Amino acid sequence: MQRSNIFDYKHYFYFKIAVVVILLAFAAYLIFEPTVGHYGGSWLGYVLGTLSAIMVLWMAWYGVRKRRYRGSGATQGWLSAHIYLGTALTVLVTLHSGFHFGLNVHTLAYGLLLVVVISGFFGNYTYMIYPRQMTENMGEDNLDGLLLRIAEADKLARQIALIMPDNINNTVARACSETSIGIGLLEQLRGYQPNCPTALAVEQLTLMGNDLSTEQRKPYRELYSIMVRRQSLVKRARQDLMYRSRLGFWLYFHVPFTIALLMAMIAHIVAVFFYW
Amino acid sequence: MKPEHFNIIIIGAGPSGLSAAVRASEQNVSYLLLEAEQAPASTIRNYLRGKLVMAEPRGLPLRSPLPFTAALRETVLETWEKTIADHNINVRYGAKVLDLHRATKWLEIELTDGTKLTADHVVLAIGVQGNLRKLEIPGGDLPQVQYQLDDPQAYQDETIVVIGGGDSGVENALALTGRNQVIILNRAEDFSNCKDSNLNQLTDARKRGALDWLLETKPQAIETNARGEFPITIFANTSNGVERIPCHRVIARLGALPSRPLLESFGVGFPTPDLAALPLLSTHYESNVPGLYIIGALAGYPLIKQGINQGYEVIEYILGNPVEPADTALLREKFANFCNDRGVDDVLEKIRKSVPLLAMLNTLQLRELVLESNILLPESGDIIFKRNDYSTTFFFIVEGELDVLIDEDNVPDATLKAGEFFGEMALISGRRRTGTVRARTSCVLIETPRRVMQKLIGSVQSMRRMLDEVAIKTAVHIGIGLSLSEKDLNDLATNATLKNYAAGEELFHEGDEADGLYLIQRGSVTVSRMIGGREVVLFYVAAGHYVGEMSLVSGEPRYGTVRAAIETQAVLIEAGRMRDIIARNPEIRSVLDARYMQHLQEQEKRQQMETMQDSSGSLNQQTTPSNLISFLIQQGVGEATDVLLIDESLCIRCNHCEQACADTHGGATRLDRDTGPIFANIRVPTSCRHCEHPHCMKDCPPDAIHRAPHGEVYIDDSCIGCGNCQVNCPYDVIQMAVVHDQPERSLWQMMLGIQPKSSPNIDGPKVAVKCDMCKDIADGPVCVRACPVGAALRVNPEALLSYASDASGEAALLGSDEV
Repeated sequence: MQRSNIFDYKHYFYFKIAVVVILLAFAAYLIFEPTVGHYGGSWLGYVLGTLSAIMVLWMAWYGVRKRRYRGSGATQGWLSAHIYLGTALTVLVTLHSGFHFGLNVHTLAYGLLLVVVISGFFGNYTYMIYPRQMTENMGEDNLDGLLLRIAEADKLARQIALIMPDNINNTVARACSETSIGIGLLEQLRGYQPNCPTALAVEQLTLMGNDLSTEQRKPYRELYSIMVRRQSLVKRARQDLMYRSRLGFWLYFHVPFTIALLMAMIAHIVAVFFYW
Repeated sequence: MKPEHFNIIIIGAGPSGLSAAVRASEQNVSYLLLEAEQAPASTIRNYLRGKLVMAEPRGLPLRSPLPFTAALRETVLETWEKTIADHNINVRYGAKVLDLHRATKWLEIELTDGTKLTADHVVLAIGVQGNLRKLEIPGGDLPQVQYQLDDPQAYQDETIVVIGGGDSGVENALALTGRNQVIILNRAEDFSNCKDSNLNQLTDARKRGALDWLLETKPQAIETNARGEFPITIFANTSNGVERIPCHRVIARLGALPSRPLLESFGVGFPTPDLAALPLLSTHYESNVPGLYIIGALAGYPLIKQGINQGYEVIEYILGNPVEPADTALLREKFANFCNDRGVDDVLEKIRKSVPLLAMLNTLQLRELVLESNILLPESGDIIFKRNDYSTTFFFIVEGELDVLIDEDNVPDATLKAGEFFGEMALISGRRRTGTVRARTSCVLIETPRRVMQKLIGSVQSMRRMLDEVAIKTAVHIGIGLSLSEKDLNDLATNATLKNYAAGEELFHEGDEADGLYLIQRGSVTVSRMIGGREVVLFYVAAGHYVGEMSLVSGEPRYGTVRAAIETQAVLIEAGRMRDIIARNPEIRSVLDARYMQHLQEQEKRQQMETMQDSSGSLNQQTTPSNLISFLIQQGVGEATDVLLIDESLCIRCNHCEQACADTHGGATRLDRDTGPIFANIRVPTSCRHCEHPHCMKDCPPDAIHRAPHGEVYIDDSCIGCGNCQVNCPYDVIQMAVVHDQPERSLWQMMLGIQPKSSPNIDGPKVAVKCDMCKDIADGPVCVRACPVGAALRVNPEALLSYASDASGEAALLGSDEV
């Protein structure tokens, strides 16, 4: 049984279609030179423009399609087509414009389309690299499990810290209460907390162990190992959140700009037909 | 003093016994109801609070004066207590029977308190749950020592010692954690008898400090404490000496005693030495001890309604009143299209006469079988089942002839006649049908569910033997060749032996002398070889195939080690006999030779792959195909028919698989994407494997779990939410959920991915939900179709074979580096 990803889906079927579409568009562009020259209002411009508009709508429909679980067919094929034909779209609209750009709603629509496509490219990139890294980071654990283990480590650490000198107790308490895991988009995307209190605590604990009594040594060592474990758990949880947010972040551009594109496209079409 | 005498003594105040007592009181006979506990219906009393008590089978009419409908435990108990009061039932609580035997004139009963009673008739209705094993140590009968846990919420801030490392003990202990201090005493050195899920929870709980355990520890005595916080102290013998544990409560879960020894001490006979066998009973529920009647679960009727009806019937029988069993009307309905001009008993007699296998059953068993079965009346040319279907029923031929088509050529390979049966191969292997069966003439067939057959095979030894014989013959016929003469075939079959192997056990070892050919009948095996100092799994061979032919053909020692992947049954044909057959049948010789060559080629290829990957440092040694096969077999793929796998190197964690599942299946997802073991980027998520012998089907009171023709194991609407399947599933893929229709999302919500407001918890009964492979959805499993990146895939174990021998398929499965 052969399995394929979104790129080589059905032996690059949609890639081939996209190439054919691009070649046909170029051929038409080179062979037919309208008397009025290349621009959106020529007959070839209209053909390319209409085709592009239909494709934009169809691309946008993917957002609906992938959540329509009761439909038929496989989403994977749709995504493969979405990617390749979306890429081909940039060529179509460029040829449609006949390379006439200006400060107007037409070029705005063009620009928005490019933003959408480029953000899509970035999405593809994240889909290619992050899943594997996520698995390497998490293994068989999941985020909820990690957070639970962090909470358990906290409970234990606080208990032990109670019988320790104040400076150690404070450090541990601060680490437990002030360490943040993926609070705010920026921290999620970065995947670390600047001056992470847990990391600091581990660092400081290394130094604080020197003036402890002999009976405090054993719990101290235990506390230290708990904090080290906590540090690695926190790191993994943050990494996981980072990957998740990066896998989804580009959509904050892709989707709103798609909607903006749809608006601009309507304005563009209305403008063309009203101000002929 | 002369013992008190009654016409009828009823032992056990469960549903059956109560029903009998109420009927006896209506009939104004002298009777006495004995109950060992202090209240009636202790089994139901021990259900968890608020549990729904079921009234199955639905079609069966209730005919007893004891009222009963499906209701909450509390309601059922209340109704019965009211009935006991209304009828002024002559019941004696706390009356444990010590001995029961037949004297010349009547039956004599002795109670544990020394009371002696006599009766003309005794109705034994003690069920199978009342016989809990007790602690045979001083203090085992203290009020703080209990053998059941009804409501774990009832205990707060107590120190509780749970004795017993089995599943019930562990589950009780886990239910008590959080609010109580829990310590488990386990006689064994580990918890290896527990389900994996329990073991994991247990280990987690201990890590959290929520409970503790002592291993290799036996309780010695329990003493009450005069003062202090703890009312009792338990003394336990550990490997480090005696430990004393002060506590509030001891819960001992030591399992139930099988009821057979007790019945045997009363003189009751059994048909087979199997501990689970049911006692021999007449159609009037009378045992071989005259005057001793056995009804209810003890007689093999575990459903409450059956027991209640039997309670009524047994009193009528004792009084000599003719009573038509409650199921007669149902049987009449079954026979509506078949011999409807004759009485039910007549038709049953006819069936018994025409089918020898059914003649081995007693009348009660036959009635039950027919009740649970369908009568089919196919016309000439109708197909009963097709080759490669998954269907789990078994057929008896009452009238007519049928053709069996094993290969593709549409020429019948065998004929089945009236009195014979078919479907035994799929019954044993749990796999696809090995042939198509088509009616040659118009026929009368009895189609019996697998569950019923298995129950019968368990208690009727002769039936099992006959089935095995026929199954061996069919296996030889299909496996070795259709060209064998009838004489050779019979010769082979009678001399073949049936062998059973536990998971992990070896059928034969690399380098052994060839002892014969093994036809795998049920289960599956792996073939491995020592390569470069470690054992490498080369193949996975499923039921319906054979192993061991290589050495047979070449005459050399065994080429590899064959080991059972799961519990496996195989038919062994001795080497000498096999060689003899090969020598005389050139056709079989060429078939085996061809397989030999093919195997050699495949092994060469596989071996190359293994060594190549071993030596090249860049490739992780872990990801060799053999390790992948071993991993998947560990995950239960060996007994699966279809498994969901997720390629973690492609999965973008969008959860569309789970959402799609929930959306199309009443709001509860049947897969858990981010739990489950991972190997070489392949995750086996928590999702149904559609086992060959589904564990979930084992104990489903309303028989709501079925297998569809394409192998899907599904739960139908008759689920009563008892949770047995959830407990029985070793892979934790069944959950209890309220199922309600999902509203379709609006266009906006879909476009922007907005979750519709989740409806507030809709009240409704919880039922068991599990993957049904989207058998009712046109394009197949939505989890796979909803995956935008193609990370979700479904495989069957046969496909494992092709991964193993096909390097390119392997690379794709492993998600190697190319994109």
